[in-house]
Amino acid sequence: MTYFALEDVSIQFGGLKAVDGVSFDVAKGEIFTIIGPNGAGKTTLFNLISRLYNVTTGRIVFKDEEITQLNAQQIAGRGIARTFQNIELFDNASMLQNLLVGRHRHSTTRFWEDLFFLPRVRREEVGHRHAVEEVMEFLRLQRYRDTLIAGLPYGVRKVVEVGRALSIGPEVLLLDEPSSGLNVEETSRMAEWILEINRRLGITILMVEHDMSLVSRVSDRVLALNYGRIMAMGTAQEVQSHPDVVAAYLGA
Amino acid sequence: MAFKIRTGYEGDLNLFKTPQSVASYGVLLLLLCAAPFVLGSYFLSQIVFVLIYTIVGIGLVLLSGYAGQTSIGHAAFLAIGAYTAANAAKFGVPIYIYLPAAGLLTGLVGWLVGLPALRLHGIYLAIATFAFALIVEEILARWETVTNGNEGMMVKPASVFGERLGEWGLYYLCIGVTVFVIVIAVNVIRSPTGRAFLALRDSETAARSMGVDSARYKTFAFALSAGMTGLAGVLYAHKLSFISPEMFTLALSIEFVMIIIIGGIASLRGAALGAVFMIMVDPLLVFVKDKLPALIGAITGSAMAQDKASVLLAAPGVKSLIFGLIIIFFIIYEPMGLDGRWMKIKTWFKAFPFYKPATFRRQKMYLKSERGR
Ligand SMILES: Nc1ncnc2c1ncn2[C@@H]1O[C@H](COP(=O)(O)OP(=O)(O)OP(=O)(O)O)[C@@H](O)[C@H]1O
Ligand SMILES: [Mg+2]
Repeated sequence: MTYFALEDVSIQFGGLKAVDGVSFDVAKGEIFTIIGPNGAGKTTLFNLISRLYNVTTGRIVFKDEEITQLNAQQIAGRGIARTFQNIELFDNASMLQNLLVGRHRHSTTRFWEDLFFLPRVRREEVGHRHAVEEVMEFLRLQRYRDTLIAGLPYGVRKVVEVGRALSIGPEVLLLDEPSSGLNVEETSRMAEWILEINRRLGITILMVEHDMSLVSRVSDRVLALNYGRIMAMGTAQEVQSHPDVVAAYLGA
Repeated sequence: MAFKIRTGYEGDLNLFKTPQSVASYGVLLLLLCAAPFVLGSYFLSQIVFVLIYTIVGIGLVLLSGYAGQTSIGHAAFLAIGAYTAANAAKFGVPIYIYLPAAGLLTGLVGWLVGLPALRLHGIYLAIATFAFALIVEEILARWETVTNGNEGMMVKPASVFGERLGEWGLYYLCIGVTVFVIVIAVNVIRSPTGRAFLALRDSETAARSMGVDSARYKTFAFALSAGMTGLAGVLYAHKLSFISPEMFTLALSIEFVMIIIIGGIASLRGAALGAVFMIMVDPLLVFVKDKLPALIGAITGSAMAQDKASVLLAAPGVKSLIFGLIIIFFIIYEPMGLDGRWMKIKTWFKAFPFYKPATFRRQKMYLKSERGR
């Protein structure tokens, strides 16, 4: 059985091959990190997985199902959650509401049931609330429960985005640069959470990250991308010392 | 300072958040119900219009304030509701049949209008809804067998169980429908549907990645908003007892948008405040037109200035000019509308003497690039 795999995936924007023949697979429970210089195609790769972009060629498979056939909203339904490099929270909603949106795939009530707020809706809402409160407790977000996102500091928003993704109840979590814009202390806390999400909640993690100390600390395997192609793959040590990677980062 | 103590998740799900709000809205409702015993026919009439505008305003708040979709064609939905009522009443159908039917029919039309919303955003969507309103206006003028064309048609008084619904009856019906619409709106807002709306409004990309089916909820938002406006249309037809195509023009649609701009775009209370404002502005302008020239005359002491002022104020388009100025004023100085002002005053009293002027200042927004498509 294939758990999660990209098979010869490419995408072309006009003349630019942003992702070019990328294949790899990720085992269940792994922390798999993608590194690479700016514009290497890392975010594009995530957008392909979460179906915001269509692949030009190739397949993406999750649990033996080809997810390249699905649309973006079905991806969450399969248990694949993500965060965004530039934070895409619902800015004019409270933190609590943001996390509750993550529960959307678990609600089974119909539109007309919502209109009349039938007892079933109320019961489900309480269930969602329980789930979300657990996430908040896990990430120590309770004190921001009713604060609008627009009023939260940047570092907290980063965490809220992880929380919203966790509220989905995912099997696979895609983190796009979880530490960008965070200070040293916040970064080390983020690293601990990533490890805990992986170990305690058993969630498989795909991560894009620039901070090499964070990468070496948490990753099981690392893939280095440049100009949309795979340069190297292996442990953090191996990839970091790979001559092509060194050259790419030194700009040679 | 007052603090809210939570003892369970249930509390956050209730229709009313605090006992105080139960009390204050209860008193308001009682006052409204008692009004006919005290107020004259003119004021009752004004309240009926406020209620009708409130219903439309709430429909628009859900659509624009919550789901983030624009419409400058809501007069058309009002027209569909109104003409449905007029025709049903003509054939002696009781109002308790055609009121919900008109709501459903208009909702269905709204759902259809929502379909282009899947591809259009912002100003382009506004233009599409405007085009729809023009089409409806044209149909009303041409489909003479049903609408009696440009001549307009009389609306028979509503009847319930063979009884005619008089002035009081209509008044209480308006209160009932308004309460119903408000309850539906609050239900939507506290349910997954309402959260899907605001997710779409704030970031469609993220909403889809959270599993929100954007097509489904955008069309829902249109259907819901249109359905509410259709209900208001039925009441409108009975209130005026005569309807014709030129009542449902772009100008009316713009008035509806003004309700929520002035009231506060994402607030149900704002819709009501905006409706009160919009209904009061007319008599207020009349008052100003009457009194201001004399005042100017008295101050300047010249009869010529007084004449000039009265001519100027009587010029056509003065009303539009004043409306325009009011909109600009609100957008620049109080983007959260009357409701925002209300919240600030309330917070000031609650926090006294610790009110910080920066409480409502918006933080810098971070860049949103990287949007898929
Ligand atoms: N929608 C798009 N249309 C056209 N070109 C795009 C699009 N999205 C990405 N690209 C291009 O694809 C390339 C890869 O971009 P991507 O955002 O994936 O880089 P990245 O590896 O995430 O870089 P960074 O480290 O700066 O986040 C860039 O050259 C970018 O300009
Ligand atoms: Mg990127």
